[in-house]
Amino acid sequence: MSRETMEYDVVIVGGGPSGLSTAIKLKQLDQNLNVCVLEKASEIGAHILSGNVFETRALDELLPNWKELNSPIKTKVTKEKFLFLGRTKSLSWPTWLLPSVQQNHKNYIISLANLCRWLAEQAEALGVEIFPGFPASEVLYNEDGSVKGVATQDMGVDKEGNKKDSFEPGMELLGKVTVFAEGCRGHLGKQLIKKFELDKNKDPQQYGIGFKEIWEIDETKHEEGLVMHTAGWPLDNNTYGGSFMYHAENKQIYLGYVIGLDYKNPHLSPFDEFQRFKTHPSIKKIIEGGKRISYGARALIEGGFQSLPKMFMPGALLIGCDAGTLNMPKIKGSHTAMKSGIIAAETICDHFKSQKDLSIYEEKFRNSWLHKELFQARNVKPSFSWGLILGIIFTGIDQILFRGRLPFTLKHKHSDHETLKPAKEMPKIDYPKPDNIISFDKTSSVYLTGTNHEDNQPVHLKLKDPNLPINYTLGEFDEPAQRYCPAGVYEIQNENNINKFVINSQNCIHCKTCDIKEPSQNITWVTPEGGGGPKYGNM
Amino acid sequence: MKILVAVKRVIDYNVQIRVKEDGTGVVTDNVKMSTNPPDDNAIEEAVKIKEAGKATEVVAVSVGEEKAQETVRKALAVGADRGILVKVDGVIEPLAVSKILQKVVEKEKPDLVFMGKQAIDDDCNQTGQMLAALLNWPQATFASKIEVKDKSLEVTREIDEGLETIEVNVPAIVTCDLRLNEPRYASLPNIMKAKKKPIEQITASDLGVDTKPRIEQIKVEEPPKRKAGIKVASVEELVQKLKNEAKVI
Repeated sequence: MSRETMEYDVVIVGGGPSGLSTAIKLKQLDQNLNVCVLEKASEIGAHILSGNVFETRALDELLPNWKELNSPIKTKVTKEKFLFLGRTKSLSWPTWLLPSVQQNHKNYIISLANLCRWLAEQAEALGVEIFPGFPASEVLYNEDGSVKGVATQDMGVDKEGNKKDSFEPGMELLGKVTVFAEGCRGHLGKQLIKKFELDKNKDPQQYGIGFKEIWEIDETKHEEGLVMHTAGWPLDNNTYGGSFMYHAENKQIYLGYVIGLDYKNPHLSPFDEFQRFKTHPSIKKIIEGGKRISYGARALIEGGFQSLPKMFMPGALLIGCDAGTLNMPKIKGSHTAMKSGIIAAETICDHFKSQKDLSIYEEKFRNSWLHKELFQARNVKPSFSWGLILGIIFTGIDQILFRGRLPFTLKHKHSDHETLKPAKEMPKIDYPKPDNIISFDKTSSVYLTGTNHEDNQPVHLKLKDPNLPINYTLGEFDEPAQRYCPAGVYEIQNENNINKFVINSQNCIHCKTCDIKEPSQNITWVTPEGGGGPKYGNM
Repeated sequence: MKILVAVKRVIDYNVQIRVKEDGTGVVTDNVKMSTNPPDDNAIEEAVKIKEAGKATEVVAVSVGEEKAQETVRKALAVGADRGILVKVDGVIEPLAVSKILQKVVEKEKPDLVFMGKQAIDDDCNQTGQMLAALLNWPQATFASKIEVKDKSLEVTREIDEGLETIEVNVPAIVTCDLRLNEPRYASLPNIMKAKKKPIEQITASDLGVDTKPRIEQIKVEEPPKRKAGIKVASVEELVQKLKNEAKVI
C-alpha cells in the first residue's frame, strides 16, 4: 500500500532537548527552511525524564534572552551536599573536595519535560512544525544507500497485524537531511549505528537505568535550591550507581537513583534498590510525611567519549543521547545534547549553502566545548569497573589533579548485556516488602506514570526467539527481565507446572532497558502505536 | 443538514488526577489534556453522517480557555469543516455552557447538535439536556446508534434496562455514548490540513452570556484510601468476622 509523502528540508526524529535545539537553531540560521519534528509521545515532554540540574551553557548560546522568555528555569542551586551512605550511617563529603565538574552552584534545578515544552513553543513560534503522537518507525533509504527520511507508524493495526476499521497508513517524511534525536538507545539510531558502522573502533556503549520520583514534602524539610547526591548503600562496592535529591519549587523534591547496567548479579533489581535506598535514615527523614506524586524510569548513556559513535552518515545526523553525548561524571546530558543539536543545525546550514559534506559535523564537534568536556570526562566511568573505592580515588586524581588530562584513555571492555553472571553463582537478594508509605511496588508506581497503550495492537517488544526466555534465560539467569524492567512488563507465570513468559507491553514506559540488558539481546524495542507510553508531567 | 458538535478539553483519561493541596481543585499544570472521550464519538458520528452524504457541514465548537483551541483543531483533523472557540477563563458550569451553545446555535442555525453524554472531568451529564430545554428542542441522550431519516433521527439509547430506541424530530440534541462508534485517528496529512481550517474566536461576553458560577465549591478532596484486605483461615472465621466485625449478617 502506498503511503503519502511529504518533503521537508530537515526532518527531526524526537522532540527532546537535542532535536528541539536543532529545530530552533535551523530556523534562526535560515527562516526559509522547512523543518518538522516527529515525537512519539502524545505531547512534547510526556516521554522526557531527567534529574535535572541544568547547566545553561548551550541554552545561553541558543536563546541568549531565555530569562525574558518566561522559561521554566527558575530554581537556582543554592546549596550542595554529597553523602556516602553506609547501611544506617552517612558521611558528608565536603563539596570543595568534589571535582569541579560535580559542582553545581551556577546551575538550575529544572524539569526537563517542562523545558522541552517551552523549547517546543519557541520552535513553533519560529515556524517549526511539530507532530506529537507520531513515532518514526522506519528509516527510508535512497538507492545510493543514503538516508532519505523516515516513515511514521501505521495506526489501527490489531494484535495479529490485521488492519482495523480505523487503519491509517503511516506517512513518509522525506528530508534533504534527517536528524535522529531519539534519546538513549533510539530504535532507529540503533539500526543506523549498525548499518553505517558508526561505532567502528569505538568502545561498546555503556548504559544506566535512572529512576525518578517527585515528592511533595513537608515545608520544614524543604530547602529550595538544595542539590544532594549520594553514593554507597544499598549498592555494593562493585555496582556503579548513586542517588540524587533536588529540592525544586513548590515544596517538591526530585528524588532519583541511577544504576549502571553493567551490573553482574542477575538477582539485582534496580527498582527495588531504589525503593530500598529511600528507607535509609538520612533519606527517610526528609520524605517522611510527604507524598509521592510521580514516578518514572529511563535508560541513560554512560559510555561517554570512548563509546561515542560517528555522528554523521550520508543524508543524516545522529545527535544527543541517540549517539551518546551525556557527560557521566557531571551527571548531565541536557546541555551536551542541546549543543550537539546546535552543531547539527550549523552543519546542515553549511551543507545546504556551500554544498559541504555532512562530515563537517566531526570538525565542528572537535572544535567545540562539547568535545573538550566529554574528552576530559572520559576516564571516570571506566575507572569504576575497579569498584567504588578505587574508582573514587582514581577519579580524584584524574579530575582534581589532572582535570581529565591524563595521557591515556581507559576502555569500556564489555557491552552491558554481557556482564551478567549465571544466577546460581551469584547471591540472591532479599528485598524488603514495600510499606506503601516510603517504598512502593511496581504496579502502583506504573499507575502514576499515566502509561497506556491501545490494547489491540501488535506487541512492541519483539522476541527474536520466543522460546529463549523459558528454555535458556530462566535457568541461566533466573530471567532477569522480571527485575530489570522498571514497569513490571515481563513476568514468568507458572500454570500447571509449565512456565510461561508473559509480556505486559501495555505497561511499557519506553525506558529501553530490556533492549540493552537482555543477555542474549533477544528483546527488541520497537515503536508502538503513536501516543502510547507514559504521560509524564513535570519529569 | 448542518451538524454542530460541542467538544470539551479535559485532563487525559490516562493521567492520574491529583488534588491541589489547598483543596481548591485538581492540578492541571503540565498535565496532558485531551478531548473528552465521548466527544470524540460525537465528532466521529457527525463526520460519518457527512461522509454518507446526509450532512453538508460539520462545525466543531469548544468553550474554554485559549488552549481549548487544540481540542477544536483535533476535531478539524478528524473531519470537522470549521471551528468555533468561545473563550472563557476559569471555571465554567454546564448551565453557562448551555447558554453559550444556545447563542451559537441561534447564530449557526444547525439542524443537529451532537456532544458527548458527559465530560470525564466533572461528570455532570447536564449540558445536552439543559441546551435542549433552552432551545426547546427534542433530545436523545446516551446514543449508541444513530440512524438519519428524512426529517428525524432514530436513536438507540443505552439505558439501565437495556437498549431503548426512540425517534426524534430534527432539529435535535444528541448526546453520545462511547459505544456509538470507534473514533478514527487523526492522520498526519489531515493534521496538516487542519492547520489551515478556520477557527472563529469569540468570547462569552460577545455572546452576552454571564458565566459566573452559580455553585459554590466548598472543598475538593481525594476519596478515602481503600483499606487493605485480610485473608481468613476458614469459613467459620469469615462468617464470624462478617457477623461481629462487618456486622452485615
